[in-house]
Amino acid sequence: MYQYNDFDRDFLAVRNAQFRAQVERRIDGSLTEDEFKPLRLMNGLYLQLHAYMLRVAIPYGTLNSAQMDQLAMIADKWDKGYGHFTTRQNIQYNWPKLRDVPDMLDALGEVGMHAIQTSGNTIRNVTSDHFAGAAADEIEDPRPTAELLRQWSTDHPEFQFLPRKFKIAVTGSPNDRAVTKAHDIGLRMVERDGEKGYEVIVGGGLGRTPMIGKVLREFLPKADLLPYAEAIVSVYNLLGRRDNKYKARIKITVHENGIETIRDLVEERFAQLRPLFSGVDQEMLAGIEAQFAAPDFKTGSVAPFKAAYHEDSVFRSWVDTNITKHRNDDYAIVSISIKKQGDTPGDATSDQMRVMAQIAREFAHDELRISHEQNVILPHVHRADLPAIHARLKEVGLATANIGLISDIIACPGMDYCALATARSIPVAQQIATRFDELKLEHDIGDLKIKISGCINACGHHHVAHIGILGLDRAGVENYQITLGGDHTETAAVGERAGPGFAYDEIVPAIERLIAAYLDLRVDADERFIDAYRRLGLAPFKAALYPEAKANAA
Amino acid sequence: MSKPFTPKVVTANALLEGDVVYLTADDQWSRRIEEAEVIDEAAHGDLRLLHASAQADVVVGVYLAEVAIENGQPVPTHFRETFRTKGPSNYAHGKQEHL
Repeated sequence: MYQYNDFDRDFLAVRNAQFRAQVERRIDGSLTEDEFKPLRLMNGLYLQLHAYMLRVAIPYGTLNSAQMDQLAMIADKWDKGYGHFTTRQNIQYNWPKLRDVPDMLDALGEVGMHAIQTSGNTIRNVTSDHFAGAAADEIEDPRPTAELLRQWSTDHPEFQFLPRKFKIAVTGSPNDRAVTKAHDIGLRMVERDGEKGYEVIVGGGLGRTPMIGKVLREFLPKADLLPYAEAIVSVYNLLGRRDNKYKARIKITVHENGIETIRDLVEERFAQLRPLFSGVDQEMLAGIEAQFAAPDFKTGSVAPFKAAYHEDSVFRSWVDTNITKHRNDDYAIVSISIKKQGDTPGDATSDQMRVMAQIAREFAHDELRISHEQNVILPHVHRADLPAIHARLKEVGLATANIGLISDIIACPGMDYCALATARSIPVAQQIATRFDELKLEHDIGDLKIKISGCINACGHHHVAHIGILGLDRAGVENYQITLGGDHTETAAVGERAGPGFAYDEIVPAIERLIAAYLDLRVDADERFIDAYRRLGLAPFKAALYPEAKANAA
Repeated sequence: MSKPFTPKVVTANALLEGDVVYLTADDQWSRRIEEAEVIDEAAHGDLRLLHASAQADVVVGVYLAEVAIENGQPVPTHFRETFRTKGPSNYAHGKQEHL
């Protein structure tokens, strides 16, 4: 993985010193809050409902054990002993004190991490496939591309005051695990006539106006990446609306101007910019690529794995649910669920972080990933080590076998933490997960994506969930709308609103009726919820959600 | 005809800790809503808001929050403000740690 060089380290040290001085000036009254707010946001520091929140970037979700250990140390020293992993592959600390934040940033800098551009109207943390470099279906590791974009976008002078925030995701696999079609720019690695390049998607996004991105370029040679990305953001910077923040994202720019106009403008700008990129970017990319070389894979018998798989049904269930095929047949990708039923989705305690770091050091080539689904991944694990890893994880409540199941819920922090939220998300997720665990139906239901947002900004990705839940404030009480049929993969789709919302104490029973209907309606156990929905449409699921309407109509 | 004024308290977040705070009648900032000054009149509310907003080196994000009076004490009327008085639902963190 990428190691910071002297330039990176010096840049961070200077930037952190600058922010330390700004904090001091805020505290001594030299800066007003209006003056300070944009400065703190540029460094990932928000003021939320009950406290400050520091959002730390985990670029393309990749980190090593030393970085995970440092995140744990920060959680213990300056927070309440835990951190919250988010859908944008960030970690958020919910309880920092203003005076401590510069020390937290310095501690991050010691391990090559930062909080720059995790907020504000700028290019945010570049996200990627959490199985990058390991997935069996991968065309090419997308992380060098993501790292190049991170370096290009960090403190880019032209793009610090965009009309709105700007999000880029990269995938190197045809199976899209990076939600590229719901990003301002989505890059999908493709191969044409033996050459690798990118399909460039633009104008996707969720929020109050959810849109699936449109293809801007079917094939972009790798060497053209930065000038083309610069052309897109440059066109958006000029055309994007600043008169209305709700119409300021590039998805609206594309919608209002049309993809053809945007394409023409981007190509025109690209023609101007291309000659300015002398090739230094490609030299940098080559250097970055060298740092993402595959680990030195172990060889050895996988017999211990096979024995444990046959003898231990708990281990077998975990393997069947949480393990993904690696490109090396003797290896596996392990998804560690940090969604134990009843726990807060995405939260890991400092002890859990340290255990995951130790496992990565001992068994997994020192690599960890954070998924956009708020779980932690060990991308390279020799199968013989899986029983030992499972045993370690069990000791700290991290061996839950629920990846991709009904309790593996994405939930934004909601009104329990977020100043923008209009209702809570976390307790709804906790109750759904607990209820279906009690019913012992999770594995029978199978693959199902529930995603919950506590407001219309859709940080919980509810629009692209098979079952989406949106929490709103209706006349001073929490109310939850359900959408059905969303999809976050390469076949991305925005879900359809099912009908009127449900009160806080009605939402779990409503989900239970919905699932009961699915279990009745599906052709067989192999027909996933989303497939049944696509086959049958909204009507039978709506009838299950609103039985009183059905009764009244009868 | 303008809407009748309903009881309110002045609230904000503390600059250093980020904690939710309430302005008391004797110009202190308290972590407890029970100790907040209840404002019954619009003009007085404006004055108290001005007074609070001037303390930019102590608090951030000053505003008036609706309350009802129960057993002689102010209680929030909106669920968002209720969460602000105690802390999040998922852990006993925030103010509820000390209650």
